[in-house]
Amino acid sequence: MVQKLDTLRETPSQTAGPYVHIGCIPSFAGIEGVYPEDLGKRAIEEGARGTPITITGQILDGTGWALRDALIESWQADAAGIYPGQPGADPKVNGFCRFAADKETGEFMLKTIKPGRVPSGWGGLQAPHIALWIVARGINIGLQTRIYFEDEDNSEDPVLARIEQRHRVDTLIAKRIGDGQYRFDIRLQGENETVFFDM
Amino acid sequence: MTASHPNRASTLPLIPRDRTAHPPAYDPDYKTTVTRSPRWPLISVDSTTTEETGPLFGHDLIGPLDNNLILNYTGGKAAAVGERILVHGRVLDENGRPVPNTLVEIWQANAGGRYRHVKDTYFAPLDPNFGGCGRTLTDENGYYQFLTIKPGAYPWPNRGNEWRPSHIHYSIFGHAFGQRLISQMYFEGDPLIDRCPIAHTIKDRGQLDRLVAALDMSAARPMDFLAYKFDIVLRGRRQTMFENRPEGL
Repeated sequence: MVQKLDTLRETPSQTAGPYVHIGCIPSFAGIEGVYPEDLGKRAIEEGARGTPITITGQILDGTGWALRDALIESWQADAAGIYPGQPGADPKVNGFCRFAADKETGEFMLKTIKPGRVPSGWGGLQAPHIALWIVARGINIGLQTRIYFEDEDNSEDPVLARIEQRHRVDTLIAKRIGDGQYRFDIRLQGENETVFFDM
Repeated sequence: MTASHPNRASTLPLIPRDRTAHPPAYDPDYKTTVTRSPRWPLISVDSTTTEETGPLFGHDLIGPLDNNLILNYTGGKAAAVGERILVHGRVLDENGRPVPNTLVEIWQANAGGRYRHVKDTYFAPLDPNFGGCGRTLTDENGYYQFLTIKPGAYPWPNRGNEWRPSHIHYSIFGHAFGQRLISQMYFEGDPLIDRCPIAHTIKDRGQLDRLVAALDMSAARPMDFLAYKFDIVLRGRRQTMFENRPEGL
């Protein structure tokens, strides 16, 4: 026997289930009035600095069917690359947003501003990106991924550099479909499967 | 929506997740995972500033009835039907330190196993006085509590005759986006736990047992409510003094 470590094990994850909206986006479930408004309704407030952008997409399962019951959370820096809570952060940027795939179409939409470059914390700057966390029925532990942008220089990004199969990097790049409009589809499984992280 | 907090700017690296503590993505006994689980391995990378920061929510967010599911749907005008329980515990990190001022959200079915959700069609009736969502912030010692009713078991389409054990869904933020966790709390002694393919996506029995809340008579209030205790552990931060990071990064 050796000495006992005094660390604890993380509580195990369980699926968020099909009714995750009751707790996380009550108005989507049809519950009004318990809270003044849903948490994380807006990534930004009026007057946030930076380029306004809208990202739309779907989350597709291994058969190509769009999930109608997924919940997504996003976390990002402000236009100067500073996270909310850090000194100098834009007070109009919440950084956090919660949104759901549409019940009928599976489409999601995130309205925000383009984030700036942020330090990795282990040297160098990361290309502009938005972190996503995806939960749903059938997903046992939340999936971490990132949105990058095709009209930015992503060549020096230290996280993307960790992806050995370079063609898989493309699954993390949002496509520009108009002025300030991007498309980002997430494929959970199969051909062109999106890169998911363990970070 | 958010408020500043001293822990917020901390960017110490997160301890890499012990994936053996969690269910695998693919588990055919829980059928929906079959088409919703990635086939390629996750890309393991040290946390960055992105994962080491996260949203924090101020006390101004929380209304006085937000953690009282017996009363919050009617604004205190009428009480939900069911077995009245207090659910309480602490949120800690892997280093055993309390996680203060962090948001804990819960949701659940009513006493008959019916969810208030547009997509739930189970014929057990809705309770007109029960919504099923609650939230609170942990105190300075990481402690939280909810007053609610014990949810009922309910059937779901998986194998031919599948019933979820009574459970309460939990969502916990921590102080970093990389600590984000959703899980479920079960109740001591429920015979459906051993038959549930969702509970058994967790392959380590010791880990599954940690989701089973103990009856806690010491916290029950006589002639009012029973109590269950449920502690939660989130990822910790690496505490080494010798991070090899350039100044200012």
